[in-house]
Amino acid sequence: MNVMHFYPMTKQPIITVNNLVKNYGDFAAVKGISFEVYEGEIFGLLGPNGAGKTTTLEIIETLRDKTSGSIIVDGFDIETDADSIKKRIGVQLQAAGYYPNLNLSELIVLFSGLYGIDKTPMEMLEKVALTDKAKAKYKDLSGGQKQRFSIATTLINNPRIIFLDEPTTGLDPQARRNLWDLIREIRDQGTTVVITTHYMDEAEVLCDRVAFVDGGYIIGIDTPDHFIDELVATGFERKKQVKLANLEDVFINLTGKEWREG
Amino acid sequence: MNNKYSNTKATLAIAKASFRSILRSPSAVVFTLAFPLIFIIVFANIGGGGMSIDVGVAKGSDTSANNPVYTALKKNKIMHLIHDQTADEMSKNLAKGNLDAILDLKPFAPPASMTVHVQYSQASGDKGSVLKSALNNIFYRIQSEELKRIQSYTTVKVPNLIDLKEETISGRPYKYIDFILPGQLGFSLLSSGVFGTAFVFLSLRLTLVIKRFFATPVKRYSIVLGEAIARLAFSLLGSLFIILVGHYMFGFTLIHGVTTVLNMLVLSAIGLIIFMGFGFTVSGIAKNESSVPPLSNIITLPQFLLSGTFFSITAFPNWLQYISKVLPLTHLNDAMRKVAFEGAGLGDVTHQLLILFAWFIGIYAVAVKTFKWE
Repeated sequence: MNVMHFYPMTKQPIITVNNLVKNYGDFAAVKGISFEVYEGEIFGLLGPNGAGKTTTLEIIETLRDKTSGSIIVDGFDIETDADSIKKRIGVQLQAAGYYPNLNLSELIVLFSGLYGIDKTPMEMLEKVALTDKAKAKYKDLSGGQKQRFSIATTLINNPRIIFLDEPTTGLDPQARRNLWDLIREIRDQGTTVVITTHYMDEAEVLCDRVAFVDGGYIIGIDTPDHFIDELVATGFERKKQVKLANLEDVFINLTGKEWREG
Repeated sequence: MNNKYSNTKATLAIAKASFRSILRSPSAVVFTLAFPLIFIIVFANIGGGGMSIDVGVAKGSDTSANNPVYTALKKNKIMHLIHDQTADEMSKNLAKGNLDAILDLKPFAPPASMTVHVQYSQASGDKGSVLKSALNNIFYRIQSEELKRIQSYTTVKVPNLIDLKEETISGRPYKYIDFILPGQLGFSLLSSGVFGTAFVFLSLRLTLVIKRFFATPVKRYSIVLGEAIARLAFSLLGSLFIILVGHYMFGFTLIHGVTTVLNMLVLSAIGLIIFMGFGFTVSGIAKNESSVPPLSNIITLPQFLLSGTFFSITAFPNWLQYISKVLPLTHLNDAMRKVAFEGAGLGDVTHQLLILFAWFIGIYAVAVKTFKWE
């Protein structure tokens, strides 16, 4: 599943998080984490529920105040230049809805206005293969279509970075693979992607680098390959011998790779 | 990306989206247009005719053209004469108050006196006395005519003890529609302002639409302003529609024509802005969508009943009038009626406007404290 793409030789950080802390009252959700996201990569934030992934993401997205620490996004400080950052990023929220009673075209027009950018709805819907749903309401879309539409709204302002919070949760295998292709395409066009997920198979094939977050700390950050090699080097072995295919491969083989809409 | 970001453009984008959304939301259309129109149609038809007295005419009564009592009653528009009930039905209906009186008229053959037997009912309140005085009036006229006829044979003059001079001054007829329409307009603005605003902001907050907006460069004031512009545009169009339907179909009085309409629209805008303040407050207090209706009803129902929407607050006892006079809708209705029927300009309703302004300050102070973005 490895896709060849241009990986910059000199890794230029586009997001720098330094010693980030977030407290909700007495509860410390993020306890001083530091990491860098490089320009042009797909960066995965992995970890169990409540680890602080979404909080970290929302602070970088300027949606939440931090308690302490510093964050630089594409050269702008989150504290002093939130507005410049908003213009440069695209955000997909976990479980966010869209303005009621509007169809997809009208929603794109709305977001174009919010970003102050002239984009035609068709131009944006084409990027996510939803032109035939231009007149449909968001609530009538399938799970995969909903996620694709969300991604279309993140691309309106030609962002330097997009943030996707669990974009594949609840999708069927076809829709999931289809979304991976879309995300890779976006990266290949030069947009940095920061993604959270609970699926390790997904992180393994999709992410260029991943960070493991647990209990408000980052406990490891590297490429998926390197993590796996390291573990294997310690003598770790799966209890069950790995076969050349798994059940998902069987599923895809039996039901086809085409997108299922509905 | 380097173009200067336009807050106006963002505000208008939200206004446009919100306006489209309101037009497609059945509840907004029903509350703003359908309900007020239904009330207007109902009340314009039952209220306008004034009083009607149902009089059963007993079987065997003399209903011929030369019976002066019968013909006089027949000409009286208030009297509704009923012939098609049996004596038994009539007595039952009289007891229930469905009939206000039963009349048995014997033939009129002067100089023999004519017998008129009237039964009134305690069940029908004052209506019996209206019939009584109408009958007395008829009898008096018949008597005087008879007297005149007798006098023409003699030279003895009987002096008139009372010289009755009646005149009706010409005035603008105040129709019930002139009362009910401004009240319905006020009610429409109240429900749109409170329910509409509260529902929209609560659902935008709960479905994280506002949060997603915050990830764009849009300013908070643009979101509030855009929503307000859309609601204002929709409600003013609704008001205009109600005024025009009232004017052309029910003869609603617009003294200075277009100027009056414009003044009414300015008042509508002022009213809506205040009522939206209540809506913002409700959206901030409500935890979920099902707590919006009870909270909104607490605000709208008392005003619906006590602010002179259907009948003048002067019909209330004094202590209740004090409450009425505190409510903002009372003053909006008041100002509307002065503008529409008395032809007042906005400068003539400064008292009402000042009270509304006090409400504006008060409710937005509360709204700013209670409103929640997330």
